[in-house]
Amino acid sequence: MTLNVFYFISFVAVLSAFMVVFSRNPIYSVLYLIITFFCIAGHYVLLNAQFLAVVHVIVYAGAIMVLFLYVIMLLNLNQESEPHKNTILKVMAAICSGLLMVVLIGALKGTEQMVAQQPADSGIGLVKNLGKVMFTDFLLPFEITSVLLLAAMVGAIMLSKSETVKR
Amino acid sequence: MINTVPIEYYIWLAVALFTIGVMGVLYRRNAIIVFMCIELMLNAVNLLMVAFSSYLNDPAGQVFVFFIMAVAAAEVAVGLAILILMHRNTKTIDIDVLNRLKW
Repeated sequence: MTLNVFYFISFVAVLSAFMVVFSRNPIYSVLYLIITFFCIAGHYVLLNAQFLAVVHVIVYAGAIMVLFLYVIMLLNLNQESEPHKNTILKVMAAICSGLLMVVLIGALKGTEQMVAQQPADSGIGLVKNLGKVMFTDFLLPFEITSVLLLAAMVGAIMLSKSETVKR
Repeated sequence: MINTVPIEYYIWLAVALFTIGVMGVLYRRNAIIVFMCIELMLNAVNLLMVAFSSYLNDPAGQVFVFFIMAVAAAEVAVGLAILILMHRNTKTIDIDVLNRLKW
């Protein structure tokens, strides 16, 4: 049962990831990427990481993809205006990524033996457990992340403001 | 219920998603789609990290994924602001046109 759900979600995720790359219209790319993100959230649920699944849907589908859609709308890019790259470049891109895939699979080949048959602890991805870890062992990175987000916010506002000041 | 899927399947899935992202970066010229492919690569790595965290019963991996999500959100905000600025100045987001650092 779990294996069938895994196969289905993986198939949809890989298919829509391909469609992100190959669809001509940027709006369709964004929508296919949202499908991919929902599939990855489904994988998180299958892996008993419920908190991360919820955060993933909120952050990616709720915030980041809306930002992408707004930018595409602002720049008026919803027409298929991209000129064709020449065919050799496309073939080279496919060959390079295929070779990278072979290399990565070869490099990660022995890692499944790291996972011994340990007793499964299904409560690891819950908010209670993760919050305890985040606010004891990872308290300093958590605070630094808030500073990073503040810096990004100030930077984004400054970048979009400087042009209007100049005019 | 848990851990009936072998960890190799998650490795293959994450490698496939990462490779599709790399292919998109090499293949497309639209800068926004290049950004989206970078997001895809980040998500492939996140998925692998959650898989190993869950199979090794170590919550640290999931906390790392949480931080990576925060960094990705910051990166997208600043990157899209830069893209809008470039589009205002040059009227294009084709990365073959944007190959000079000063216009």
